[in-house]
Amino acid sequence: MTYIAKPKIDLPGQKRNVLGLLQRDYEGSMSTLCAGCGHDSITAALVQALWELSIAPEKLIKLSGIGCSSKTPAYFVKGAHGFNSVHGRMPSVATGAHAGNRDLICIGVSGDGDSLSIGFGQFGHAIRRNLNMLYLIENNGVYGLTKGQFSASADPGSTAKKGAPNLMQSINPVATAIAMGASFVARSFSGDREQLVELIKAGIAHPGCALLDVISPCVTFNDHEGSTKSYAYTRLHKHQATAADFVPAAGEITAQYAEGEVISVKLHDGSSIVLKKADSDFDPTKRSSALGYLEKHRDLGEIPTGLLFIDEDWPEMHAIYGTAAKPLNAFTFEELNPGREALEKLQREMR
Amino acid sequence: MPATQSRINDFVLKIATVNGTGSASANGLLMQALFRMGIPVTGKNMFPSNIQGLPTWYEIRASRNGYMARSGRVDIMVAMNAQTYQQDMNNVSPGGFLVYDSTWPRERSMTRNDITILGVPLSKLCNENFSVARMRILMKNVAYVGVLAALLDIDLDIVHALLEETFVAKPKLVEGNLQAIRMGYDYAKANFACPLPVHAEKMGDNAGQILIDGNAATGLGCVYAGATVGAWYPITPSTSVMDAFTHYCEMFRTDPDTGEKRYCIVQAEDELAAAGMVLGANWVGARAFTPTSGPGISLMSEFIGFAYYAEIPSVFIDVQRVGPSTGMPTRTQQCDLMLCAYASHGDTRHPMLFPANPGECFELTVKAFDLADRLQTPIFLMSDLDIGMNDWMVPQLEWDDSYRPDRGKVLGPADLDKMERFVRYTDTDGDGITYRTLPGEDSRGAYFVRGSGHNRQGGYTEDSKEYEDVMQRLLIKWETARKMVPPAVMTRAKKKTRLGILAYGSSDGAVVEARDQLAQQGIHTNYLRIRGFPFGTEVLDFLHDHDTVFVVEQNRDGQMKSLLKLETNNPADKLVSILHFNGMPITSDCVVNGVSQHLAAEAAA
Repeated sequence: MTYIAKPKIDLPGQKRNVLGLLQRDYEGSMSTLCAGCGHDSITAALVQALWELSIAPEKLIKLSGIGCSSKTPAYFVKGAHGFNSVHGRMPSVATGAHAGNRDLICIGVSGDGDSLSIGFGQFGHAIRRNLNMLYLIENNGVYGLTKGQFSASADPGSTAKKGAPNLMQSINPVATAIAMGASFVARSFSGDREQLVELIKAGIAHPGCALLDVISPCVTFNDHEGSTKSYAYTRLHKHQATAADFVPAAGEITAQYAEGEVISVKLHDGSSIVLKKADSDFDPTKRSSALGYLEKHRDLGEIPTGLLFIDEDWPEMHAIYGTAAKPLNAFTFEELNPGREALEKLQREMR
Repeated sequence: MPATQSRINDFVLKIATVNGTGSASANGLLMQALFRMGIPVTGKNMFPSNIQGLPTWYEIRASRNGYMARSGRVDIMVAMNAQTYQQDMNNVSPGGFLVYDSTWPRERSMTRNDITILGVPLSKLCNENFSVARMRILMKNVAYVGVLAALLDIDLDIVHALLEETFVAKPKLVEGNLQAIRMGYDYAKANFACPLPVHAEKMGDNAGQILIDGNAATGLGCVYAGATVGAWYPITPSTSVMDAFTHYCEMFRTDPDTGEKRYCIVQAEDELAAAGMVLGANWVGARAFTPTSGPGISLMSEFIGFAYYAEIPSVFIDVQRVGPSTGMPTRTQQCDLMLCAYASHGDTRHPMLFPANPGECFELTVKAFDLADRLQTPIFLMSDLDIGMNDWMVPQLEWDDSYRPDRGKVLGPADLDKMERFVRYTDTDGDGITYRTLPGEDSRGAYFVRGSGHNRQGGYTEDSKEYEDVMQRLLIKWETARKMVPPAVMTRAKKKTRLGILAYGSSDGAVVEARDQLAQQGIHTNYLRIRGFPFGTEVLDFLHDHDTVFVVEQNRDGQMKSLLKLETNNPADKLVSILHFNGMPITSDCVVNGVSQHLAAEAAA
């Protein structure tokens, strides 16, 4: 970590977004993670994406569980309320928060230990409910804060820092999420800012649970030879299955693409995601195609990245429940309380 | 013929059946009929953790004096279950009556000389009168209602009216039910001297009273308190709290035009998640709660500690059942006091409220939400299976339309305008409670909720002094809670005494009746009923003012006694436990015996 905070100087010519805010206004407190940590790059991508989307800081909530990844909500958008919950339980707190106020934009930051081990159940059920949030997994294959144990996403055969191999299967959050019925599944790499920013934007705009698995190397415990979550390994083996461009509602699709390689997914708020595919046989709107594609590239030893599956029509939690459009915490007591007369009438049937 | 006392409007009727045969509606019909005759009545359902096939009992007590507890006696037993026949016969009090299905011969060994045995060929009658197999089973239950109506002199017009109300949508069913009742009634009239010396007599109409179970009242309390988010995981015996909340929300909170719901009920993946959802919703300013039972509290404990330390309002409804572990899920106890009082690791303490009946479930549920918002901490409503799942006769629930919820110390944008800087955990007025803001309103009010060490500004800390500062303030808040939880209720003896009885929750009815019986024996006791934790000064005074205090509770280890020892400075030897923990609701006999045996032993010593 660095001990020197960036000075707050308003440089002339800095760009402001629609709300008149600087990118700096989307930063948080100083990171206490190790220098070079992939998580800090993800934080930077979040800052950029949220600034570019002109999201009002007070409309955002940031939630997390426990672990290195879960510290990061403190490092972006200081003007948003944050909730650093208990280990593996971020999705349930997000569910309650979103149940109480559906207008909030919800970003949950989790890690591979947080979501694939202790919180595996909650991870699955946030997806099952299609909770309207961006669900980020900062995936480094290792427990950093407790100094280097394998996590559930460590690949079989990959080695720990001192050389011991992992002999167990790895849980693949992307394939798992697609199999469980997720409505938006993407993977990226902390070292690919350009792709990451677009996927964050698309995930926020997606009306449901947007799972974004980000390979985010741990420089201290999992960046050695033999690791499959290192910078070097990921750079060498990542395979961009799709390139996503997020086009806001008011925007216009200008780029020209060859037919068959590009699909455009229109979201309910009027924005679109334009997907350029590496393989014309791959259809990210079909679950079987997405799972088949992932397995095929696993056999090739590749790590597919990009938007891997999307079903923008699957209803999100409140649509399923039929909850009022107005946030529940905005109803007045008079709108919620049936009153004395109703109670009296009700009790006539209790005799 | 054994001697039978004449007992009018003062008897216990117990019905033994097989689970899943539809006896619940027949038993409810009997209870409601007695209620409409103006007789104070209670019903206790003793059911198995099973859907079909295991034995189940329903005990109805009619008490002209208005005693609501179980008494310990059985005046009339209806033995419909061959599996428990012997046991059921043994349970009849001397001079009592046993009604059984005499279609098949009873084993010769199954007899008693000190009770009257009345055989009614119920199966035979049903087989002769009904052709559909399922009807034959169901109507057997309705037929014993007819038999009892004749034996106990229950008003048939009331039974008729009740059936019509029940089957208002299916009038055809009224006919079949009436036929079965008439069948049983006529048989009893023709074959026995009706009514029995033990019978019912119209007393009035129980005006101003209702029949309700505690879980329904709790669910209704959540609606009236303005709760909008309910998160839960199904668990006996708390499930019907959420059933009731759902039902009343559908009734009162659904937009008649659009069908939009002004509530959100999430069936969570487990109790851990349910607790997390309650915290999340309360954090954003929606009133949220979870109903559960002991095993659920165990699972929720991590989040409970989080809510205590991060100071998030939350309401936990614990409908207690028999522990430890899975225990006996369909039996009652007051066994989660220690668990809830100090739930979670580290130094934690939580306010608890103890309703004694469904009426108080309604009232204290509303109170729980106000306390949670005011104190910004988890609040436990300590109900139990006896209160929650049994039908109780209570005065009509009252509501004051001028009530407005106490949302506690919440700052909005207008308040922030007047402040130089908002900080989350600084006590500005000495009550240990700090101001909070709600997400979604104003970036100047943004703060970071964390379960890790934090200072009075809300920042992360590992500094010893900053950590201690927050922990010490939480103790000040605890003292504020002491003045806010509902005070204990004192009932004085008619004569001056140094003997006290202390009880709480569903033990109340047994204590009330036991005190009257003890007074008749010349043993006078003052009674303090605890309604809240932490204990107020009235509890300290009560302990101080008595030489012996009997602590009546439904658990093995005397958990309330332990709390009193831990939380007060009174000499432990003046506390005498009277414990009942077999899973059935406590009887008045248990309290009478506990007190008199202790006093006798003391006199002998």
